[in-house]
Amino acid sequence: MKICVCIKQVPATTEVKFDPATNTLIREGVDSQINPFDLYALEEAVRVKERLQKEGQEATVTVVCMGPPQAEAALREAISLGGDDAILLSDRAFRGADTWATSFALAQALLKLQPEVVFCGMQAIDGDTGQVGPGIATHMDYAQAPYVAEIEGLERRKILVKRLLENGYERCSVRLPVVLTVVKEINEPRTPSLRGKMNAKKAKIPVWTAADLGAPEEKLGLQGSPTQVVKVFSPPHREGGQKWAGDADELSGKLAGLLKELEIV
Amino acid sequence: MDYFLTEEQQMMRDVAREIAEKRIRPVAAHYDETGEFPWPVVEAMAEADLFRVFIPEEYDGMDNGTPIMNMCVVTEELSKACGGIALAFAATGLGTMPILVAGSDEQKKQYLPRIASGTLAAFGLTEPNAGSDAAGVATRAVLDGDEWVINGTKQWITNGGEAEIYTIFCVTDPTKGPRGVSTIVVEKDAPGFTFGKKEDKLGIRASATRELIFQDCRVPKANVLGRAGTGFINAMRTFDLSRPGVAAQAVGIAQGALDLSLKYSRERVQFGQPISGFQGMRWMLADMAMKVEAARALVYAVARWTDSRPKERVTAHSAMAKCFASDVAMEVTTQAVQVFGGYGYMKEYPIEKYMRDAKITQIYEGTNQIQRDEIGRGVLVASAAND
Repeated sequence: MKICVCIKQVPATTEVKFDPATNTLIREGVDSQINPFDLYALEEAVRVKERLQKEGQEATVTVVCMGPPQAEAALREAISLGGDDAILLSDRAFRGADTWATSFALAQALLKLQPEVVFCGMQAIDGDTGQVGPGIATHMDYAQAPYVAEIEGLERRKILVKRLLENGYERCSVRLPVVLTVVKEINEPRTPSLRGKMNAKKAKIPVWTAADLGAPEEKLGLQGSPTQVVKVFSPPHREGGQKWAGDADELSGKLAGLLKELEIV
Repeated sequence: MDYFLTEEQQMMRDVAREIAEKRIRPVAAHYDETGEFPWPVVEAMAEADLFRVFIPEEYDGMDNGTPIMNMCVVTEELSKACGGIALAFAATGLGTMPILVAGSDEQKKQYLPRIASGTLAAFGLTEPNAGSDAAGVATRAVLDGDEWVINGTKQWITNGGEAEIYTIFCVTDPTKGPRGVSTIVVEKDAPGFTFGKKEDKLGIRASATRELIFQDCRVPKANVLGRAGTGFINAMRTFDLSRPGVAAQAVGIAQGALDLSLKYSRERVQFGQPISGFQGMRWMLADMAMKVEAARALVYAVARWTDSRPKERVTAHSAMAKCFASDVAMEVTTQAVQVFGGYGYMKEYPIEKYMRDAKITQIYEGTNQIQRDEIGRGVLVASAAND
């Protein structure tokens, strides 16, 4: 089985700073790391691979990243954590991509690789959109299962997953090929192994450009990005509930009134 | 300080450091308190290939020709976070050494790939009446057809009950004294092999220490390492190779305590300033740092020298590394508790554990009194040879 993992290199800090003039992230002078959610995606992909290999099946994990040339470091780290090989999408034409153009470019690369399962983190800690995984699925015309908390079964043609939703879990059976995005509770990522580090050091990481993807330039990078960032702000915190005080008679009357008002009863 | 580790050794250090920080430090207090065996951490070490660093490539290892230095680098990193959990790794190294020193190619093929992938090993020499006086071993192995029949009890065996592969020192010819001792590999599931109670210890509480009990325990004749009768020399050569590992454990414990002390001294405010601003405190920290660095430099030098001369005996210098580093560990961890003052004495803070863990390094694999005997003998013999 061919498995792919999409990773993003993000600033190694929890204090993300914006340039107020362009409304984009300030990346200069900040160390980089693999987006933490993508580490869960990578770990799950490697676990699926190891499980399949134990059962005597062939399986490989290819890690894909779009980014500047220095994102190669993130791909080497991904190999030290169990990835078999890696591909870097890097080209000036990819610069300034929003989630639409990013997922389009990644989808073009993945279509060349033809994986049966693609793993992504649920979102990146810098942009926090959560749109790239589902976007990839849409551009590839693959099925999608976002927010996966557990893989309950993997068969030749379908995968059984448990999705973490706001109000509980949803189990679903999804046909392959599929794009999954994973949440934090799915696993505990391993630390690098020595063999992994040796492989990472030796690995040749091909760089794919826009020409390699055969994608029209107007669909890539800033040109291919319909998103306009008008303003960046922190959303208001969710308000807590109301607190009522009083005796049982008084409160039950008030509650019954509210339920009627809301047309619940 | 840059000790010019090879690229591979730097990788080993980095891999071990991540395990130490992410897998060991958060659980060190839990395993210290409960005395449970830290299997999840051991599995993480195995997945990270750490058990391969002292095993040659041809047996699925990654020793790169420098097994002792590799073992030291890894043991030190793990010990910075917990000297007890680190011992699951280091004691496996000790249990493996007799196989490396005396095993045939066939025996190495049988055991080393399993150890490389994370099967634990243990070394069984000590007995109730044979501690420092290792030649007093009484566990008896008698040949019966093509099997050894073993009877006796080994005491205080690290990894006992948890390991699968045990290198056991038994008397095979009682008429020959030390030359009648042999090293025999016993697997955990051998008939007649059981374990005594788990010991309740002052420190290294995450490490399992048990009695090994042999009652008509039967193992194949082929399990003897090297020729019968070479057990005592196997043990001595094993100690030459393993003592730098204990020394590295001591350096790691001392460095871990020093790191916490430095941080605490910068944060703890008394008389309106961090205590690191007081000369009395700075001089304490300076002495601690100086001794840890000196210990590390000696341990690395001995480890590298040992790796470069695999056939030579390095007893006196291996003993110097173990003795010096463990004395430093005891001194530095005691001072570390002092730096923390009243808080340091409380179990709520992580520092008293370092002091408890340090003590064993002055005792096991030969007490520091035995080490000084070895060093004294070694330097006097060398001097006489130069006359």
